[in-house]
Amino acid sequence: MAGQTLYDKLWQQHVVETRDDGTALLYIDRHLIHEVTSPQAFEGLRLAGRKPWRLDANLAVPDHNVPTDSAERAGGVEAIADPVSQLQVRTLDDNCADFNIVEFAINDRRQGIVHVVGPEQGATLPGMTVVCGDSHTSTHGALGALAHGIGTSEVEHVLATQCLITRKMKNMLVRIDGQLQRGVTAKDVVLAVIGRIGTAGGTGYAIEFAGEVVRDMSMEGRMTMCNMSIEAGARAGMVAVDDTTLDYVRGRAYAPADDQWEQAVAAWRELHSDADARFDRVVELRGEDIAPQVTWGTSPEMVLPVDALLPQPDSLASASACESARRAFEYMGLEPGTAITDIRPDRVFIGSCTNSRIEDLREAAAVVRGKRVAASIKQALVVPGSGEVKAQAEAEGLDRVFIDAGMEWREPGCSMCLAMNADKLGAGEHCASTSNRNFEGRQGFGGRTHLVSPAMAAAAAVAGHFVDVRNWQEETQ
Amino acid sequence: MKSFTVHKGVAAPMDRANVDTDLIIPKQFLKSIKRSGFGPNLFDELRYLDEGQPGQDCSGRPLNPDFALNQPRYAGASVLLARENFGCGSSREHAPWALDDYGFRCVIAPSFADIFFNNCFKNGILPIALDADTVERLFQAMYAQEGFALEIDLPAQVIRTPAGEDIAFEVESFRKHCLVNGLDDIGLTLESAGAIRDFEAAHRQRAPWLFDRIR
Ligand code: SF4
Repeated sequence: MAGQTLYDKLWQQHVVETRDDGTALLYIDRHLIHEVTSPQAFEGLRLAGRKPWRLDANLAVPDHNVPTDSAERAGGVEAIADPVSQLQVRTLDDNCADFNIVEFAINDRRQGIVHVVGPEQGATLPGMTVVCGDSHTSTHGALGALAHGIGTSEVEHVLATQCLITRKMKNMLVRIDGQLQRGVTAKDVVLAVIGRIGTAGGTGYAIEFAGEVVRDMSMEGRMTMCNMSIEAGARAGMVAVDDTTLDYVRGRAYAPADDQWEQAVAAWRELHSDADARFDRVVELRGEDIAPQVTWGTSPEMVLPVDALLPQPDSLASASACESARRAFEYMGLEPGTAITDIRPDRVFIGSCTNSRIEDLREAAAVVRGKRVAASIKQALVVPGSGEVKAQAEAEGLDRVFIDAGMEWREPGCSMCLAMNADKLGAGEHCASTSNRNFEGRQGFGGRTHLVSPAMAAAAAVAGHFVDVRNWQEETQ
Repeated sequence: MKSFTVHKGVAAPMDRANVDTDLIIPKQFLKSIKRSGFGPNLFDELRYLDEGQPGQDCSGRPLNPDFALNQPRYAGASVLLARENFGCGSSREHAPWALDDYGFRCVIAPSFADIFFNNCFKNGILPIALDADTVERLFQAMYAQEGFALEIDLPAQVIRTPAGEDIAFEVESFRKHCLVNGLDDIGLTLESAGAIRDFEAAHRQRAPWLFDRIR
């Protein structure tokens, strides 16, 4: 019998029962909750007279609607200017109070984007099944967990039963061997993967990221990669447990301690694919081949190396790709054949659950240190992923670096990643963004998003157009 | 949940690939704490010429005349014909809620994004994946004939076209069972409460650190 993949092991450890048609009842260890996808689930529980199955499996935090402007934020929930946003955040507070669920409320230092908060607090751990009513739950797979997004009916289902009715996915291995070039980051790697397999390439699969490049990556980098598995169509992305994982988890607030730590580590050491495990699909990339990436269109698969020219729609493989490209050019207000480095962002956004961790902020700060944002940039926002990240960045003086460069240093939240709060693009504006989706209108009605790494976003802020960060030091000396 | 047995209705096109959930229901409408009322904002950015706001009365908004659902021939449509990777992007269940609220009971496409596909079943909507050629044929037949309606027979797993053709489709037996009978998943799962408790006790033995830390 062939060995098991990491995903096979995580799956097997959580199956309560399997039904005749292949669906299974999967036990859920951690359920993360935010304000947007939970109100209707709590309402459903109430209507049916049900209670949460297990309180200590849940953790809630408001993130999508919270203002990031310090003045508006200081007043707490009552001060949220948009009444509809305010009601949604308040509803989460009320539901958590009613049902006795632990919540990091708006101005708790531990508050932040749910996918930054989970790992940071040790609330998500290796070997867990983790779900949340949010597709970027895939992020938590970086810890060697099975983590994926669910819909609101499933939020209610998990609250009521601690289980999910689901079916096993197929296994995909994405292996990146070799070494990354200087200035190339996890974000570039995952964008290159999406460029290769497309936004539907991972549909029906759980992806395991492996290879030398992933082994060498920090936990922050692995989270960035797993975060965007969903942009490759895969609900779940994951990385095997190694010393990097254990070093990251040790000492976190909700992580096991003392005797339990040793016991946990012994179990976690098994969380890797066996040498003879079989994958349904294998995709291989070389680290050296990956350049900094920039998306130019309205789907994350419309991505190119920074030194490329925008494609000619006619040259694309299929009629539907050609049609999509034409539509994207029109929406983005761009011409085929334009050099990516000639694209001039109007705004810059550094943040989101993809790239708002401390390492991301360090990378961005290293690029802007001692420089000024270009006059043509209307706004450059830096939004830390959590209160903890914010405090750490301030302790390192990164906030000063950004402010001195002419950037805005904000309070933690989702912010301009999806523009549910006041942080938005204007119609027609281009944005160099470290977030994960460049769909039409994602960052504001008519807004035009270019997905990039934090270093690339920071460099674009200073230069006023996209630049190849691989040459950044030389260019500015 | 509403049950789905046999449904006949006018088909309407969403003729582009990779329709994402932001396009199905833009984020400003996700601020609602209710499950209903999303119908007027389905495909909001394509359907209207202005930017929609939550809570707004949509009856006076300028319509985009080029958008299919605004054309009289597709009025009252309840079957949506779509292209590959329909429903990609976020996990928002507001997408099927909006389709349902508008009146769609069935979406037919060559392929769907996983989470969206799953969310449809939870809301009484039947997503049917057919091979791309068959979907293309349905598109052509729909464009050729005003009032083109399809009959979807879930128990028999066939789509009947006006020309009298029967197109078979696949659906998982458990999902079909729930949809045909309008069953609530939670009630069904709670029938296994004993098994869940047994699993939980063994799981706690194996991995005690997963319990009692967040309180
Ligand atoms: S940062 Fe963006 S992608 Fe991440 S959870 Fe928030 S809105 Fe979703």
